[in-house]
Amino acid sequence: MAVKIPNTLFEQLRQHGEQTYPHECCGVLVGEFTDEAEKTVTSVVPCGNTRTDSLANRYHISPAELVKIQRDAMLAGCDIVGFYHSHPDHPAQWSETDLAEAHWTGCSYLITSVENGSAVLTHSFVLLGQEEEKHFEDEVIVQLSQK
Amino acid sequence: MPIKVLIPTPLRPYAGKQAVLEVTGQTVGEALSDLVAQYPDLRKHLFSEEGKLRSFVNVYLNDEDIRYLSKDTTPVKETDTITIVPSVAGGR
Repeated sequence: MAVKIPNTLFEQLRQHGEQTYPHECCGVLVGEFTDEAEKTVTSVVPCGNTRTDSLANRYHISPAELVKIQRDAMLAGCDIVGFYHSHPDHPAQWSETDLAEAHWTGCSYLITSVENGSAVLTHSFVLLGQEEEKHFEDEVIVQLSQK
Repeated sequence: MPIKVLIPTPLRPYAGKQAVLEVTGQTVGEALSDLVAQYPDLRKHLFSEEGKLRSFVNVYLNDEDIRYLSKDTTPVKETDTITIVPSVAGGR
């Protein structure tokens, strides 16, 4: 399992977490599934966090935003291949909430730990299995030097 | 005339691996019924055992959430597009 992402886009999503610190950031990864075990990100779409009641430890992307991103991606011959969010002052590891609220099987969920305003680690997890037995597996992030 | 339905990536394995499908119906509910009639494997991914849309499944008619229209009785016409998007949320 691997997600390939150009360096510039990788830095973009990490910086998003710094910009929104101490709140969680979130966004969508658009690209293509190269094969069943690999995907390549071609663009990153930063989204607003609609969880205004708990911005520091929850995120939610507006479905209306997802509809538009999915439509634009498909028109461009791409797909939604994953999502990203940050964990302010918390490890770059999926939480029970992350798993409970994840429903895009096969997609990557990138998590960046942001400590005191600086992005530290970014890890990727791929969601596998049907809803009742879904689980995350670690996924390799392959940074590409050129977009 | 058919109505277009955009299928998100996680549901495509249950929809003939297709991104866009065509269905018929006079309402969103009828259109979704036609969808799961064509692709029965989709049913449990969209609906609960009681037949209600699962809580994490969002259905949009063009740019509007059907929850804020007339839900499954929302009328549809041939130029409409139905988009299905599972929710995206989480947090530490």
